[in-house]
Amino acid sequence: MGEPTEAIIRFEGVDKYFGNFQVLKKVSMQVALGERVVICGPSGSGKSTLIRCINGLEQHEGGTLSVEGVKLGEGRASLDRARSSVGMVFQQFNLFPHLTVIENLMLGPVRARKLPGEEARDLAQRYLARVRIPEQADKYPRQLSGGQQQRVAIARSLCMEPRIMLFDEPTSALDPEMINEVLDVMAELAESGMTMICVTHEMGFARRVADKMVFMDHGEIVEEADPETFFNTPKSQRCQDFLQKILQH
Amino acid sequence: MFRALPCLAILLLLSGCSDQWGWYVVDPTTKNGLVNLNFLLTGLYYTVLLSVTAISISVVVGLLVALPGLSSNRPMRVFSRTYVEIVRAVPILVLILWVYYGLPQLSGLTITVFWAGVIALALSDSAFEAEIFRAGIQSIAKGQYEAAHSISLSYSDTMRFVILPQAIRRILPALGNQLVYMLKMSSLVSVIGMQELTRKANELVVSEYRPLEIYTILVIEYLVLILIVSAGVRWLERRMNADERN
Ligand SMILES: Nc1ncnc2c1ncn2[C@@H]1O[C@H](COP(=O)(O)OP(=O)(O)OP(=O)(O)O)[C@@H](O)[C@H]1O
Ligand SMILES: [Mg+2]
Repeated sequence: MGEPTEAIIRFEGVDKYFGNFQVLKKVSMQVALGERVVICGPSGSGKSTLIRCINGLEQHEGGTLSVEGVKLGEGRASLDRARSSVGMVFQQFNLFPHLTVIENLMLGPVRARKLPGEEARDLAQRYLARVRIPEQADKYPRQLSGGQQQRVAIARSLCMEPRIMLFDEPTSALDPEMINEVLDVMAELAESGMTMICVTHEMGFARRVADKMVFMDHGEIVEEADPETFFNTPKSQRCQDFLQKILQH
Repeated sequence: MFRALPCLAILLLLSGCSDQWGWYVVDPTTKNGLVNLNFLLTGLYYTVLLSVTAISISVVVGLLVALPGLSSNRPMRVFSRTYVEIVRAVPILVLILWVYYGLPQLSGLTITVFWAGVIALALSDSAFEAEIFRAGIQSIAKGQYEAAHSISLSYSDTMRFVILPQAIRRILPALGNQLVYMLKMSSLVSVIGMQELTRKANELVVSEYRPLEIYTILVIEYLVLILIVSAGVRWLERRMNADERN
């Protein structure tokens, strides 16, 4: 697990600032092909910023960050390559409200991957079936429940056939009864061998699917371990406090 | 359609006091009246053509000015800002005169009354369109750009398929208002001889000398035209909203 040769994502001493405020402090981390990483930590600790650097939604400043061996921050070409192999699911779904579900799914394949319309439609239908809402293809996002919307968002990402999927608190905006339908889809995706990085506080899900747990605080990776060690014998005090707080719920 | 009722009421009211009013000039039952009425109504063609051509151009120019104004590149923003400030500062009538009499001397090209009117109106309106587009585009949530980025859409595809369709829906009422404004401002092009509604009325006043009746007809012409356009815009708005909800 995580041998340098197979690392598909590699952070080496990555820094990031917002103005004078340092959000990421010398972050080093590697993700191996097919690995499932769960990142947790208090609000404002830099989790979102960290994963948003991977698909170029944020630009890192110091250190190096490479995705599939290509260094980011060296021109447009590297950014375009990185974002074409990385899918992302957001807390607020960010579906396109003026397009139907199937149109949401087909836009990327048709415009960015240049697939012919019919092929894109088949692809979209296949992924809709995979997230278990094949019958909602012609509805608008607002006509779906939150859980269904988030599953559409996952399918939209998968239609780009990414090799890495990023999830930024995908269930935080959902009503409790809809969380599991989204987590189940994510777990299935994990089983299929997708490389995944999930920011989430769903610790049940983390135990179930994670190969590696990462705990962040104040822009630093404080703890990085397999779930067994992470949950049973966390080393740092900060991580222990955090887990205690979160597992009470 | 209830809005048309007051117009009818005004008409009836006016016809009631036919002692002081010389409605014969536009009485469709007499030969001369019919000719005059026809003469006035033919101005409609140029009023509508001029306004629609000008607004089509100004929407495109407005968008092209708005987009650099939203970029992270400072010189582009400065360009956009400067354009809007300068164009907004010039009165439309002055712009019309300048384009018709000044521009040909400057460029060496002759320019027809119609195109001088179109250019002046479009130029003037483009600054307002740019502001409307800027506000509309800025009202779209950041998450929409992020989602488009995450599915590898290019900048132009992001604008074309994600941002603008949503922005245009939001600014539709404002664009409709601009069209109404344009229809009204097109009356100013009469000063350089454009044969639109106002010019026709002026010419008929000179030959018939019944300004009260003829300008009253002119008011009604604009009123009806603009009520129809407003109703059209509202219908379009409702249809687009229904599309979204259905
Ligand atoms: N665009 C920005 N400009 C300025 N500061 C920002 C920006 N984005 C994030 N920050 C700040 O950077 C810090 C880290 O933000 P980030 O969103 O990465 O945290 P997070 O761990 O994802 O938190 P949360 O659990 O609340 O989502 C926060 O203090 C936040 O206020
Ligand atoms: Mg976050």
